[in-house]
Amino acid sequence: MKRKIVTGILIIVTVLLQCSVFQIFEIASIKPNLMVILAVSFGLMRGRLSGLLVGFAGGLIMDLFYPGQIGINALLYMWIGYASGYCYRIFYDDDIKTPLLLVTAGDLFYSISRYILTFLLRGRIHVLFYLRRIIIPELLYTIIATLVVYHLLYRINLRLNKSDKRSLDSIA
Amino acid sequence: MRKDKYQNTSAKTILTLLTVLCVFLIGVSIVNSSALAPVRNIVGIVVMPVQKGISQLGRYLGSISENVSSSSELRAENEALKQQLDILTAENSELVLDKEELSRLRELLELSETYADYKTTGAHVISKDSGNWFSTFTIDKGTEDGIVKDCNVIAGSGLVGIVTDAGPGWAVVRSIIDDNSNVSAMVSNTSDTCIIAGNLELIDQGSLNLVKLTDEDNKVHVGDKVVTSNISEKYLPGILIGYISQLNNDANNLTKSGEITPVVDFKHLQEVLVILETKNYVASPDDAKNQIVNDVDVPAPAAEEDA
Repeated sequence: MKRKIVTGILIIVTVLLQCSVFQIFEIASIKPNLMVILAVSFGLMRGRLSGLLVGFAGGLIMDLFYPGQIGINALLYMWIGYASGYCYRIFYDDDIKTPLLLVTAGDLFYSISRYILTFLLRGRIHVLFYLRRIIIPELLYTIIATLVVYHLLYRINLRLNKSDKRSLDSIA
Repeated sequence: MRKDKYQNTSAKTILTLLTVLCVFLIGVSIVNSSALAPVRNIVGIVVMPVQKGISQLGRYLGSISENVSSSSELRAENEALKQQLDILTAENSELVLDKEELSRLRELLELSETYADYKTTGAHVISKDSGNWFSTFTIDKGTEDGIVKDCNVIAGSGLVGIVTDAGPGWAVVRSIIDDNSNVSAMVSNTSDTCIIAGNLELIDQGSLNLVKLTDEDNKVHVGDKVVTSNISEKYLPGILIGYISQLNNDANNLTKSGEITPVVDFKHLQEVLVILETKNYVASPDDAKNQIVNDVDVPAPAAEEDA
């Protein structure tokens, strides 16, 4: 129960950070993609199911915020969370290298799908421009953000694991 | 082991189900975007107050840092502004005379609608689009203050965008530099119509695409003023958009295209003005017979006015 509440709060906080607070931290009008970090972290630390549910919930809230097709963000983040769940219990989640690689792959997947779905289909064909102007800068910024954010999420998960174990012990 | 297998299959099932749901939602929002408006409203009611708080905090911190900036700078600025004030006062008195003349002439022409007559309300920008691809933002006023979908949004002297979604305490604005935005416009001195299209590739240069300009007499030049056209369905006529910065002939030799520089500084938008009137698209009786669907659904009172 406690875990669900904390997860819910994390999702909301991420959406708020992404939409309001990170306006201040924009570099060259680019902001990092925090929701990818959240979905990847949950997939890696908690498994496929958690990853996909967190990605879906966060993406859906983002979709509902802004005009456009409802469901695109939900779909993309859900798949990112699910895919990173394949590394659950195969790679150590206390090593920063695995989440960094997963975030890189996830963010590239997100940006490229987003470009294809919302720009290429309308005939904006200068792939290199969008790569240089948005996709690569966003990727770099997201990777840097991962270094900080993942550590935080890892700590939160560790504490929740401990409290889960404690409540299990008390029942036993 | 069994538990792992169970979780594996259930995750796959849920993924499939949610994927189908997402595709369904995307389909629904493409076909009929207003069908999901109630859900959007609920999310807005829950999250918008928090966002307002955050952006207020941001503004507060910004004002503190401004206060710290050196006073000598302010003194110099004050001096410069005083000089400017003198010049402007002189200019203003001239303009007042012109305005009186203008209003007399307008009365003669029975043109009651003017740009200045629009009722507006000021609003703060409280959040931006979550990604890096689009230029939409949220403001802190909504239907409670009379803002509805398709209200025009201006800032300072020019057009900013249009309200695409409005809830009780907030509204979403799509700016004209957004890649999806198309505004029907005209060159103010020749009344030649064109389309002003936002383009992400031009955002860094601070310009917008100008396309489909019909200028048979070659009278349009670089530097000419571009305003919203009177044949637009959603934009009120005569709102300044920007100035032409580049102009070329199209391959078909019938139309021209180029770029314009908008008058609004889209990078530092904090306050905007929302015009509370929307354009009443007056459908002629023939249109009603043919049942042509318009974007604006208020033809009934307009028809009465005609009668």
